[in-house]
Amino acid sequence: MSDPVPEDNVLSIRDLAVDFKTDIGMTHALHDVSFDVPRGKVTAIVGESGSGKSVTANCIMRLIQPPGKIVSGKIDFAPIRTDGYDIVALSNRDPRLLDLRGDLISMVFQEPMTALSPVYTVGNQVAEAILCHRNVSRQEAWQEAADMLTRVGIGDVSRRIHQYPFEFSGGMRQRVVIAMALVCQPELLICDEPTTALDVTIQAEILTLIRDLQQEFSNSVLFITHDLGVVAQLADQVVVMYQGRVLEIGTVRQVLKDPLHPYTRGLLAAIPGLVQKGSRLETIASVVGDADLETPYPLTHMADGRQVSLSPTLLREAGHE
Amino acid sequence: MRFYIIKRLIGMVPTLLLISMIIFVVIQLPPGDIVTSTLDRMQSQGVEVSAEQIINLRAQYNLDKPFVMQYVSWVGGFVIGDMGYSYLFSKPVNELVWERLGYTLLISISALLFTWVVAVPAGIFSAVRQYSIGDYLLTTVMLVGLATPSFLLALIVMYAGYEWFGISIGGLFSPEYRDVPWTLARVGDFLSHLWIPMIVVGLGGTASTMRILRANLLDELHKPYVVTARAKGVKPLKLLIKYPLRIAINPFISTIGLLLPVLISGEAIVSIVLGLPTTGPALIEALINQDMYLAGSFLMLLSVLTVVGMLLSDLLLAWADPRIRYE
Ligand SMILES: Nc1ncnc2c1ncn2[C@@H]1O[C@H](COP(=O)(O)OP(=O)(O)O)[C@@H](O)[C@H]1O
Ligand SMILES: [Mg+2]
Repeated sequence: MSDPVPEDNVLSIRDLAVDFKTDIGMTHALHDVSFDVPRGKVTAIVGESGSGKSVTANCIMRLIQPPGKIVSGKIDFAPIRTDGYDIVALSNRDPRLLDLRGDLISMVFQEPMTALSPVYTVGNQVAEAILCHRNVSRQEAWQEAADMLTRVGIGDVSRRIHQYPFEFSGGMRQRVVIAMALVCQPELLICDEPTTALDVTIQAEILTLIRDLQQEFSNSVLFITHDLGVVAQLADQVVVMYQGRVLEIGTVRQVLKDPLHPYTRGLLAAIPGLVQKGSRLETIASVVGDADLETPYPLTHMADGRQVSLSPTLLREAGHE
Repeated sequence: MRFYIIKRLIGMVPTLLLISMIIFVVIQLPPGDIVTSTLDRMQSQGVEVSAEQIINLRAQYNLDKPFVMQYVSWVGGFVIGDMGYSYLFSKPVNELVWERLGYTLLISISALLFTWVVAVPAGIFSAVRQYSIGDYLLTTVMLVGLATPSFLLALIVMYAGYEWFGISIGGLFSPEYRDVPWTLARVGDFLSHLWIPMIVVGLGGTASTMRILRANLLDELHKPYVVTARAKGVKPLKLLIKYPLRIAINPFISTIGLLLPVLISGEAIVSIVLGLPTTGPALIEALINQDMYLAGSFLMLLSVLTVVGMLLSDLLLAWADPRIRYE
């Protein structure tokens, strides 16, 4: 494979494998996951629940806790501010780990209601992100926290910054978490289903906010969702995951307009909004048909730069070679 | 907040009134009274008592008045600080209770501190290192501590002290300091005696405190807010203390008030074994001899302490947990 242009990736994940040792045996949460996160763009990971999206994100932040374990693979991280390294290879005591978390890469989680400690004010928790990484006074940190909270759309900040999370609605808390994630200007922002737990109207607001902030700070975003509608709105690049594997990688246009993998087609067909009124809502299974989802075929580079994991027969049908 | 405190203080009045009624009824329940038990003692010593003398005795002790009147004069006296007269010690109750109550409080509070100082680090360790050898070892040691009755522990400590170190460790003072005014040297002597009841009384609660803290902390360790804080880059030790531990500790704050009666009754048995001049032994003595004013006063004062303790721990919890403060 030869790439026409040298790629500028903030993250290159190669052959990542994660196991969870549970009472009932070993779960292979990820096998041979490989994809790139291009710098300054939004990369979406889509897949149904349990497909390994969160585990992938947690690997990048090195948040996998026992009984989970990264068994192999590497995550090459290429920040601008400092020298790059393989995140997987960092030891637990490596000081670079503390810089990685919250400073170079930060994360917004699915559950805004429980993502903040109930006993500290939001100002305390947002300013802490700054105080962890930069040598500034408490006062300066609080000032920056206030600025960022204003930027994410929290009004009356001088009063609200002294309030506790339980005095905020779900949407407002998610804004606080976003402010906390962005306040150190990370090179990569990971959003793990940041709107799944919110009301539909609030979802739209938060998505708009994330898109605006991405354009303003032009940082790289890894956006995890199970909602292809959201992908269409936000993403440049799409990674489709299924049962801990990557099935398809491409630009948003390629994947949504002309999916190569039957599973991706199934995902698209299952979006209620895209189905004509009166017609039957397709299940993923009915579209996927008898395409073999169980065998882990390797990702194959296609002519137009995208990658797909298909059986040799289907690959030939898709026009490979 | 001030409004809340005042409301709680007012609420304490009916509670304490009810307690005082129960105490008064209960200490009168056993058959006989101070006069019959005095008569028994005198008769067993061969002293003849005339019917007239008995009537005089009853009048002297107010026992000829109706039950309700006895109660009212007792409670009324209590309010103005007159706790009646102890027939057993032939002294006003006021002169008897305060010093003993002070020692009881000191022993209970230091036992509570001991419990926390031992149980909190042990609980943290065994939660963070769940299922490690250290976790099992600590749990075993703590369970042995829990299963050993405190009076037995007191006896063991006394025996060990006498057998191996040749010291007599009963009491709260060495003989030469027992009846002298307070000096710095006496305080030192007191402290050197305090640690034994402190450990003996405190050890029982250590095991349960540790196990509860371990369970609470294990619940909190993987909560989303801890993951968020870790993802923010907070250093591990600070993370542990500021986030999960802070929440795991909260339930204990609300139990301080409840722990006080447990400690005080635990202290009674230990005090008898160790010969400590605290409320426990005197209360039992008073109950056996039906010295109702002394017994009633001790019980009442301990109840006041408990009720105040509960208020204090509620206030502390409100201070520690904004969710409660804002309700
Ligand atoms: N804490 C855990 N213990 C055991 N298995 C886990 C754990 N977390 C994740 N897994 C496994 O990893 C798989 C992928 O999980 P996850 O990445 O959370 O899915 P999602 O794509 O919905 O975010 C799950 O189906 C499960 O088998
Ligand atoms: Mg998930």
